[in-house]
Amino acid sequence: MTHIKSLEQLTSKRDELKSNLSRLDDPNNSEKKVQIKVAMATCGIASGARTTMDFLTAELSKRNIPSVVTQTGCMGYCYAEPTIEVKLPGKEAVIFGYVDTKRADEIIEKYIKTGELTEGVIPRNYDTID
Amino acid sequence: METPVNKPKQLRIALRNCGMLDPENIAESIVRDAYQALGKVLKEYSPQECINILKQSGLRGRGGAGFPTGLKWEIASKSKSDQKYVVCNADEGDPGAFMDRSILEGDPHSVLEAMAICGYCIGADKGLIYIRAEYPLAIKRLKIAISQAMEWGLLGKNILGSGFNFEIKLCYGAGAFVCGEETALIHSMEGKRGEPTNKPPFPATSGFMKKPTNVNNVETFANIAPIILKGPEWFSSIGTKNSKGTKVFALAGKINHVGLIEVPMGTSLREIIYEIGGGIKENKKFKAVQTGGPSGGCLTEKHLDTPIDYENLIAAGSMMGSGGMIVMDENDCMVSVAKFYLDFIVGESCGKCTPCRIGNKRLYEILERITQGKGVMKDLDKLKNLSYIIKDTALCGLGQTSPNPVFSTLENFYDEYYEHVVEKKCRAGHCKNLFHYVINEELCVGCAACKRCCPVHAITGEKRKPHYIDSNICIRCNECIEKCSFDAISIQLEPKILV
Repeated sequence: MTHIKSLEQLTSKRDELKSNLSRLDDPNNSEKKVQIKVAMATCGIASGARTTMDFLTAELSKRNIPSVVTQTGCMGYCYAEPTIEVKLPGKEAVIFGYVDTKRADEIIEKYIKTGELTEGVIPRNYDTID
Repeated sequence: METPVNKPKQLRIALRNCGMLDPENIAESIVRDAYQALGKVLKEYSPQECINILKQSGLRGRGGAGFPTGLKWEIASKSKSDQKYVVCNADEGDPGAFMDRSILEGDPHSVLEAMAICGYCIGADKGLIYIRAEYPLAIKRLKIAISQAMEWGLLGKNILGSGFNFEIKLCYGAGAFVCGEETALIHSMEGKRGEPTNKPPFPATSGFMKKPTNVNNVETFANIAPIILKGPEWFSSIGTKNSKGTKVFALAGKINHVGLIEVPMGTSLREIIYEIGGGIKENKKFKAVQTGGPSGGCLTEKHLDTPIDYENLIAAGSMMGSGGMIVMDENDCMVSVAKFYLDFIVGESCGKCTPCRIGNKRLYEILERITQGKGVMKDLDKLKNLSYIIKDTALCGLGQTSPNPVFSTLENFYDEYYEHVVEKKCRAGHCKNLFHYVINEELCVGCAACKRCCPVHAITGEKRKPHYIDSNICIRCNECIEKCSFDAISIQLEPKILV
């Protein structure tokens, strides 16, 4: 169990976690993984995001693609739920909308395996603070 | 792949982590600087210095009224008491609003961290989140977040070795709209009826259990950490003269890209609707945007280029509210919109004061008459006079602002009221008693498909001859239009009289 006792410990913990993440994202590292986030707020779940997430988790391991699938909150694209974000190692994250299991399958076969974009890409329409 | 040509219109501060991290895993929040601001405040600033930073930043409450947050904290910090409380108002109740839910579901730690900072500033060691029981996922994620933060030592006793203690508990609301009002909210938390009381005393001097209490909205809290980390000058460089920073809006209604957006204060409605929202559905004509929920009003075409901030929305007869934005097109009847909100208010009025309990009911009845085509010109004056009385005499914010939808639609869409009352027409084709289903004789082949499906036998006619709909019997169920294969039936403002 982690118990943080000072700001310095918090900062070093943050940096340690950050470097773990960057290993996943480094295309030359053997630990690299495809990182997928599924928008799982109430709105996403209501549109079927849980099915999409279960499908992605099961299929990616079945097809031997090293990956981490995690849930996140609302990405803001309510009109295109379920939405997922796919980050290939060393590449910019790409957001896909209307991801049912059929499209999820397409995304695995095309974008994740070959890097070729499929239909349903949502251009990121905001700036954030970092 | 489409690439946006211009710089994005949205800037995410309160939503900075929403959709970026797993809300049920604190490590992901830590990576994105969660609790860094709390650590910095505890180590480097005195409570007053931290309050000064907030005052300089110009942050105002995001719950609706826009009271300066720094000042609110300062008042609470100066109240003397052995026990104080920090309360997070997560009782989001406006129809069409889902900003707070999304923040709590997507980034709960941003709110917990800011509540702890607030506790340090005002001298409170207990925090309470008043959240609607209708938000089970947000509640679940908050509970996980609180227990993880306790486990990691980021809440609880002696946080980050500073000697400061802070714990957070949840309180559930039963979904009453009035409990978003801070005095009603506090009564509800105390286990009493969720009814508002007169201010003063303000919660900052006598709130929860008669102790000084600082109440802030979810989105307000979500803005705190970035202000501490990036400085007040950075925050106050965003936005307009008196409204700093950004505002989260829940875009809903007749718009292509329904969604959760965050834009700098001062962004125009046109940018929000046409650039971020992707325009009106089915390329229909824009009519109005309802902002501020039942307490707000409508903005129309003439307001499309008004920079949105607290003052401009008030000047336009609406208000910021919590951030619901419902877009309406030419098929929406503005009298019915006002009626919808009054219906909501009638259901949600706590019943304590007469103007709100009875006045709003009467307003609703007048609107109901008008939409049924039974209105007279005198009703329009009555609507206005009664609205002023309610506004001036109701006890709390809910009642005082409840006639706003009437004021605003009367002001901007008087001609629609006039048509309903005098010409007995509803141009939007929304009010059932004011439009008619009519069969075009030239297109009708007399197949009798409509006659067979009509549940009230309003359609007559011989086989292979044009049929006729009796508007007095018709209940406007739309079955016949759907059944007709020849597009012979249409909705008309004038009935067809059989000679």
